[in-house]
Amino acid sequence: MNTFPIIRVITKVLIPYILLFAFYVQFHGDFGPGGGFQAGVIFAAALILYGLVYGLPALQMVAPPRVVEKLIALGLLIYGGTGIACMLLGGNFLDYNVLEHHFLTELPAAIDFLPGEGPHHFLPEGQHLGIFLVELGVGITVTAVMTMIFYAFAGREPVA
Amino acid sequence: MMNFIVIPILLLLALTAVTVARIRNLWAAVMFTGIYSFLGASWMLILDAPDVAFTEAAVGAGISTILMLATLSLTPRKRHQDGHLQSDDFDEKPRKKSPVWPLLVVTITGFALIYGTFDMPHFGSPEAPIQVYPDPSFISKSQHDMHGLPNVVTAVLAGYRGYDTLGETAVIFTAGIAVLLILRRAPNEGLKHADQESEVVAAANLINQADENSDGELTQEADS
Repeated sequence: MNTFPIIRVITKVLIPYILLFAFYVQFHGDFGPGGGFQAGVIFAAALILYGLVYGLPALQMVAPPRVVEKLIALGLLIYGGTGIACMLLGGNFLDYNVLEHHFLTELPAAIDFLPGEGPHHFLPEGQHLGIFLVELGVGITVTAVMTMIFYAFAGREPVA
Repeated sequence: MMNFIVIPILLLLALTAVTVARIRNLWAAVMFTGIYSFLGASWMLILDAPDVAFTEAAVGAGISTILMLATLSLTPRKRHQDGHLQSDDFDEKPRKKSPVWPLLVVTITGFALIYGTFDMPHFGSPEAPIQVYPDPSFISKSQHDMHGLPNVVTAVLAGYRGYDTLGETAVIFTAGIAVLLILRRAPNEGLKHADQESEVVAAANLINQADENSDGELTQEADS
C-alpha cells in the first residue's frame, strides 16, 4: 500500500485524531465512556494503521519492538504498584483513599490562580488518582500487547 | 422511530452472518466479519454501551480483521500456472459432505437458544437481575465514594472491583506473552543460528583437545 498517494495522505491526516481520541478515552474515562482497555486498543489501532500503510520498518522506528515488549510488563507493574503503594501508605491493596494528598499536597497561595475555594492540590483526590493510575497501567499493557501481536504476525514470511 | 434503525441493523447483522457462512472466498469472508463487527458496534451504541462499541469497532473490525488478513497472506495457497495471484486463489475447497446434518444441528441449537431467551427478563425491565443484584446502591453511592466521579462503570471497574480488573490485565499480559512465545521470531535469528553453530564448533574443538590431552597422558603413563 506504499504507492497509493490518497491512502498515504488520508492516513497521515487521520492518525493524529485517532491518537488524540485514544488519549481522550484514556484520561477522560472516569467522566465519559471509556477507560484503559478501550484507549489501548484505539491507540494500537492507530499504530497498526501506520504500519500497514507506511510499512513495518517505519512503524518499528516509531514503536521499537524492544521498547514495546517491555511496556507490556510496565503496564501491569503500574497497576500492581499502585496497589502496593496503597499498602505501603497503610491501606488495603488498591485502597485508593490512602493516596489522598500524600505527595506535593497543597498549591502555594502565590500561584493558586485556580477558580473556586482554595487551597488547591497538585494531584486529584485519592480515588481519582488511583483510578487514573490503574487505567494508565491497563492502557499501556493493552497497547503494547496489541502492537506486539501485530509485529509477530507482520514480521513473518509466508510459508512455501 | 427507533425501530427504523434497530430493525435494519439487526437484519443486516443476520444477513452478514449468513453471508460469512456461505461465501467461498476466504478473503471476502474476513472482510464480511469486519462489517459484522461494525454493525455490532452500531448495535452496542444503540444499547447505550458506547465503551463496548469502541472496543468492538477497534478490536473486532480493526485489529482482528487485520490479523485474519495477515494469517491469510501467510498461509500457502494454490497458485495458477503463471504465478500471479488471481481472485479465486483464496477460495475455500468446495465441500463434499452433505449439508443436512450440520443444518439439523444448527437448527436445533438455534431453537434451544431462542427457547432459553423466553425465560429472560424483558429488555430494560427494572426487575431484571442486573438492575437489582448485587446491590443497586452502587449507582447512588458511587458519586460520594469516588469524590464526584460521574462514571459509575469506571468506578465499579477500577474502584470497587479494582482487584478483578488487575486480574483481567494480568490475563491480557499472559495472553500477549503466550502469543509472542509461540509466534515471534528473534529479529536476528540468522545471526543467532550462526553463533550457536560456532559454539558447537568451539565445544567440539575443546572436546577434541581434551581427548588428545588425555590420550597423551595415557600414553605417558603407559611409557612410564
